[in-house]
Amino acid sequence: MANKLLSLENLSAHYVSQQGTRVVRAVDEVTLSLDAGETLGIVGESGSGKSTLALTMLRLLPQAGRIVGGRMMFEGENLVDKSEAEMRQVRGKRIAMILQDPMASLNPLFNIGDQVGEPLRVHEGASRSSAWQRAIELIRSVRIASPQTRVTQFPHEMSGGMRQRIVGAIGMSCEPRLLIADEPTTSLDLTIQAQYLDLLRELQRAHGLALIFITHNLGIVAKMCDQLAVMYAGRVVEQGPVSRVFSRPLHPYTKALLGSIPRMTEEREQLTAIDGQPPDLAALPAGCAFAARCPDAFDRCHVEAPPEFSVEPGRSARCWLAAPGVHRAAEQSIPLSRSAAS
Amino acid sequence: MIAVMEAKGLSKHFPTRRGLFGGSRGVVRAVDEISFAIERGRTLGVVGESGCGKTTTAKLVLGLETPTGGAIQFEGHDLATLDPPGRRRYRKSVQAVFQDPYASLNPRMRISAIIAEPLVTNEKTEATEVRRRMLELLDLVGLPERSADLFPHEFSGGQRQRIAIARALVLSPQLVVLDEPVSALDVSIRAQILNLLRSLQSRLGLSYLFIAHDLAAVAHMSHEVVVMYLGKIVESGEARALARAPMHPYTKALFAAALPSHPDERRDEPVLQGEVPSPLAPPSGCHFHPRCPHAMARCAQEAPRLRAVEGRQIACHLFD
Amino acid sequence: MTVTTPPLDAAATAAAPAGRTYKLWRLNGFPLIPVLILLFIALVAIFADFLAPYDPQIGSLARRFRPPAWETGGSMAHLLGTDHVGRDVLSRLIFGARVSMIVGLTAVLVAGGIGTLLGIVSGYLGGWVDQVVMRVTDTWLALPALTFAIFLAAIVGPSEFNIIAILGGIYWTRYARVVRSEVLSLKQREFVRLAVVAGCSKSLIMRRHILPNVINSAVVLATLMLGVVIVTEASLSFLGVGVPPPKPAWGLMMADGKKGLMVGYWWLTVFPGICIMLMVLSANLLGDWLRVKLDPQLRQL
Repeated sequence: MANKLLSLENLSAHYVSQQGTRVVRAVDEVTLSLDAGETLGIVGESGSGKSTLALTMLRLLPQAGRIVGGRMMFEGENLVDKSEAEMRQVRGKRIAMILQDPMASLNPLFNIGDQVGEPLRVHEGASRSSAWQRAIELIRSVRIASPQTRVTQFPHEMSGGMRQRIVGAIGMSCEPRLLIADEPTTSLDLTIQAQYLDLLRELQRAHGLALIFITHNLGIVAKMCDQLAVMYAGRVVEQGPVSRVFSRPLHPYTKALLGSIPRMTEEREQLTAIDGQPPDLAALPAGCAFAARCPDAFDRCHVEAPPEFSVEPGRSARCWLAAPGVHRAAEQSIPLSRSAAS
Repeated sequence: MIAVMEAKGLSKHFPTRRGLFGGSRGVVRAVDEISFAIERGRTLGVVGESGCGKTTTAKLVLGLETPTGGAIQFEGHDLATLDPPGRRRYRKSVQAVFQDPYASLNPRMRISAIIAEPLVTNEKTEATEVRRRMLELLDLVGLPERSADLFPHEFSGGQRQRIAIARALVLSPQLVVLDEPVSALDVSIRAQILNLLRSLQSRLGLSYLFIAHDLAAVAHMSHEVVVMYLGKIVESGEARALARAPMHPYTKALFAAALPSHPDERRDEPVLQGEVPSPLAPPSGCHFHPRCPHAMARCAQEAPRLRAVEGRQIACHLFD
Repeated sequence: MTVTTPPLDAAATAAAPAGRTYKLWRLNGFPLIPVLILLFIALVAIFADFLAPYDPQIGSLARRFRPPAWETGGSMAHLLGTDHVGRDVLSRLIFGARVSMIVGLTAVLVAGGIGTLLGIVSGYLGGWVDQVVMRVTDTWLALPALTFAIFLAAIVGPSEFNIIAILGGIYWTRYARVVRSEVLSLKQREFVRLAVVAGCSKSLIMRRHILPNVINSAVVLATLMLGVVIVTEASLSFLGVGVPPPKPAWGLMMADGKKGLMVGYWWLTVFPGICIMLMVLSANLLGDWLRVKLDPQLRQL
């Protein structure tokens, strides 16, 4: 625990409506950690709280949102305690974030060079000319050809894939320790996505960068991540090394999620479908938030919300089925992948 | 196998005007001489990236665009030469479900009216019969009867897509064009809808034209798959076989780029370089040659024709 | 491309800015006072016959230029004073409400009707229809509205009917523009495409799918246009080419009263001015609120 780059401990962030009547528990008691150079995938569907978690980590919550509990330890410092001025030193410089829509992330009125160089000028006080030079290098490092020409261009002159790479370059400009990517490839074509993910991996290796992927796409997690955390209704319901979670999911939601993805080469009649809808985060039921839709729910699930149970070192599940003494969890193993040889 | 519809050398070119005073008039060859057949009760999947022409193909099949070349064959006749009753029969036989469940339903209409609309527009049916049919379809897609009197905004994305499917089926079509039917839905809801579509296919003997960028979904749902690149078909064949062993270099790259379904399936394959070219200025000869790892001199000069190779159709000089 | 995040995110809906609640004229956002004012004016207009103490068109010269009751020389008999021919100001204001309401509402309906229809047709059909309508709109908009209104009024002669026709004929262009742009984006929505796929005719689509979805914008525009129309009518009346005397119209009252301003007969212009201002302001505030409330982004009815 001591050497973790990032450690979230029982972090909770709620949205409170102006009258104080509606409280949306968007992030609830989230405990996660990440080592330097590691890649964590945070998986969830809409309403799971994953995007709010991303905003919380950078203290970018909108007016109605506030952190109501827990700690965010980054390189030994608690980000929750920092002032806004101190957070500005962190954002873009030590922790960077890239978002889904590259067109919205880039200002259409400024050229690429200015935008890529901006963090350098803000955080490192670089002069315009030196920032410009560094920008050219950064553009080259994200594998864009003829960076000298590109640096004077504007966002609309570039393709979607290129724009996303520029956004990546902006994120990397001050050599952050951690990069948070919120659905970075949703708008990209398949082959462009592959190029982009390949690039991210290379950047990670070159800079010792820790990556957090926030996504609904388990494929990205399967390809890129070392660790995986599954979120549902604002809580982390399962986490652990990605290979183990995929092979032996403990939480019924994770199981259903993995079973619902079509496989390319496997002939399957039915995909696992989850009935019902995710719960309203402002009116969470008593007990486990997933109980209403869970095929394995029993009485206790509807009454009492389960805590996170540590099943193995580095692996936990928020489910009564994973409680010690309940052997079902240990015996269940769903063969979700045939061996790598086939 | 009976074909519900067939495309023969289908093309759709869009003119682009350059310059105010004439100058060269270019064309965007959105769809360039493609041929395929959709058989009764089977699903034809179409995959490809931006600009490949799959959306235009869907529009052509639906009659939302008229072809500039080639033909769509229906009931053995060229659609363009069919008389109005024949064209109306085609319209009734081919329906669609689109990507955005929030834009597919008129927010001011009740569900009952939305589902019944194709029926009411095309046939003189008694109100009681219309209502009966509408309720029958609601049941078919797994929605409760009381949904009929509600408005779209009271439903979730997945439910709206079910309504869209019910509406598409009210005329008992033979073919349903599914254009990214689940991309806008949550992952767990996608499975529900895909399962529903498959069960409807076997129950009603429907044919589907399934367009999606999710290769796994297409492979899961389709019997045959067609791979498009810049308006042309580069490979086509039986879905599972194609997914297991793609042959055209582009298909191979596409499937290599697809995300694994398990971490253990990670491959370190070389990634396809280059951008997806713009349909406004496609490369000469084989459109794929600038990005192709196996490109030869011939590829830049001569566009390959589709040839049958081991049960597939491939357009590549490597297989000539 | 995933469309899921914006509409379904519960956190976002809860965090939607509640906005500052202006205590004075809004109650939880609803513009209570403007609506009450408009309702009040409407009721006054309807029940004018019962409310007005005097006949607005008959005056006695012996009682001319009486100031309002609280001034020296005023009396309770004429609460707001009398005008230059001895007519009771209050009664004229009350009947003037009727004129303003009728002219205002009817003109807005006429303009709205024409404009919405043309907007839908030109937006949906496109092609040469669109070109023609748009060019006409452009030309129309290029003309200064008020000057043109005066010009037309001078030609056809003043009468209530003529004024309504003129106002309707001038202000339809704004509707056409707004409605057309909405129709252009509606056309791209999948449910319209699906209606085509289902075999609906163009006129059916325009009627069933396009029209109900542009009504919201048309209504919002109508409330905003009400203010403009009333001011225009008042201006026309002020200039003598509006509603003909002796029928009372607020603008006309102001015109008649301006001669009296020099000698201190302020009540002849101030009261009708206040009435115009209240009505226009209320209509604008209502329209403002409606615009936010009926924002199609929120997909509400």
